[in-house]
Amino acid sequence: MSAAVSPLLDVDRVGMTYAVGGLLRRRGVTAVDDVSLRLESGSPEILAIIGESGSGKTTLARMILNLAKPTAGTIRFRGADVIAIRSIRQRMDFMRQVQPIFQNPFEAFNPLKALDHYLFISARRFAGARGRDDFEARADKALHQVGLSLAEVKGRYPHELSGGQLQRIAIARALVSSPSLIVADEPVSMVDASLRMSIVNLFKALRDELGVSIVYITHDLATAYYISNRVLIMQRGKAVESGDARAVLDNPQHPYSILLKSAVLSPDDAGRPMSRAGSARPPSAHSISNAE
Amino acid sequence: MSAAAPTSAVATSAVPERVLTVRDLRAYYRTKYFGISREVRAVDGVSLHVDRNEIYGLAGESSCGKTTLIKTIVRAIRPPLDVVGGSVTFHFAGRDRDIHALSERELEGIRWRHLSYILQGSMNVLNPVRRVRQSFVDFAHRHIGKPMPEFLHQVESHLSRVRLEPATLDAYPHELSGGMRQRVTIALATVCRPDFIVADEPTTALDVVVQKDVLGMLREVQQEIRSSMILVTHDIGVHANVTDRLGIMYAGRLVEEGRTVDVIRDPRHPYTSHLVTSLPRIGDVTQKRGLDGAPPNLAAPPTGCRFHPRCPLAMAACRVEHPPMVDVAPGHRVACWVTAPPDKPVALQ
Repeated sequence: MSAAVSPLLDVDRVGMTYAVGGLLRRRGVTAVDDVSLRLESGSPEILAIIGESGSGKTTLARMILNLAKPTAGTIRFRGADVIAIRSIRQRMDFMRQVQPIFQNPFEAFNPLKALDHYLFISARRFAGARGRDDFEARADKALHQVGLSLAEVKGRYPHELSGGQLQRIAIARALVSSPSLIVADEPVSMVDASLRMSIVNLFKALRDELGVSIVYITHDLATAYYISNRVLIMQRGKAVESGDARAVLDNPQHPYSILLKSAVLSPDDAGRPMSRAGSARPPSAHSISNAE
Repeated sequence: MSAAAPTSAVATSAVPERVLTVRDLRAYYRTKYFGISREVRAVDGVSLHVDRNEIYGLAGESSCGKTTLIKTIVRAIRPPLDVVGGSVTFHFAGRDRDIHALSERELEGIRWRHLSYILQGSMNVLNPVRRVRQSFVDFAHRHIGKPMPEFLHQVESHLSRVRLEPATLDAYPHELSGGMRQRVTIALATVCRPDFIVADEPTTALDVVVQKDVLGMLREVQQEIRSSMILVTHDIGVHANVTDRLGIMYAGRLVEEGRTVDVIRDPRHPYTSHLVTSLPRIGDVTQKRGLDGAPPNLAAPPTGCRFHPRCPLAMAACRVEHPPMVDVAPGHRVACWVTAPPDKPVALQ
């Protein structure tokens, strides 16, 4: 594969239409519509995908992870068409390089399984580790990258750890196979406020020190501004604005981006009365205009 | 609509009227399995008060006891949760009532009429197989005491306050969007014009745009019916925009309390300053830090100040004794040996 030339990830005009309804009243719901994005290889970066729920962020992530097949467009990873993956070998190779991190660390782990199990399984399947010592060495290395050690995690179950620690272990698990791309779907929204920034800083470190590119899906504009290089703002399945993170969020152009930014409740607003409800609202079919 | 509480509805004087007083409240989860007893001190010595027409914010991370505190305040307690000490007194319609001393019957008279509740995750509140109209009847009809047509008329006019059309009444919950459902629960909780509303993370499940919208309406309705409110959320941005006073909880205790502006602009407790300064903001590119360590286990909390293992300012005294709440400015109380040393001890409540 010509990894040096072809981009790491090239999402080209993908679309996803879900069919809903029964046999007689079938209709399509378009979750993602004509979205393109590209991550270059060789220059790791964090791309934030921002949007409200129902805007197609998670569907896009599932398509990048090859968990859902797009109904239109192509996704290429290092030049190879992801949708065309057929053999188990190709699939394992893809999974080794592209790893997910999910929103809720409490749901991502089976409560009846010790946490080191996940690290060992990942080491065996994706990193080619053989033998107990090799498993442990790889798991320990990955845990050190997130500020933990195998001694702290070994034999422990999900309920024994805090959400922040669990999310770190989820990240460590993703790192076991030395991926080149991590797709993180709302990774900090379930993590306690005092631990949230340490997870966010960890993503920064992964990019800067390990050279991992990250697709960071969020609805939180402030953390996106803090860590990402580029942003893509989605509304109802469409990409409405994209570009350099700070340029876009400092000075959004699209009406939806402006609306999103204006709805961010900042702690700096303390002492100022909140602007009247409705001022930041898009015209909506079910609102009555009898505000006052 | 007829006046809800004839004596209190006219209280607009400068002297604030107390609606809720919580004194040294302790609520523990006690379990005993196979001879091993365990005690989780989820709320451990909390005192606070809420005035009429005031929104009191309660912030803190998960498992700090904020939900247990409000459960205890509304007496929604079930084993293993048990109130070990302290009191919760409501002052409704000119009468003081200790909610934990009331009989079930008296409690029924207070619930929804004087004291209502907005829960986290509105989809769990509305019965999925009943239309919204029936939910209103289930929740509120008996408390309002009017014949059905008049009651429904009142509900319709109340719905317009949260900008929902009367047609919403005929919908099933799944036909409404998350924001609309949350507005329905706000309307449900306020239709009886209660004196006191407890809102537990009312907008956490909503999107930013919808969240701002819903919070604005919640505040509008609250101002209009002049009720008091406790608003629980971990989001400091929400508190800054909505609440009048703010209490910060850490590991079952209140560590700082004051006017929201003072607490956010001039935080005195190291935990509060961390919460406020670590928040990323648009336009701010400085490095932010997470707090080291993990939230404490409340079954075996740290000795002394519960924050000391994670505190950058901790001294020897912090490991030994829990600091008392000390006034640092009018209405601004902090429990910290370092930033608020009790030179001239002020006994508070």
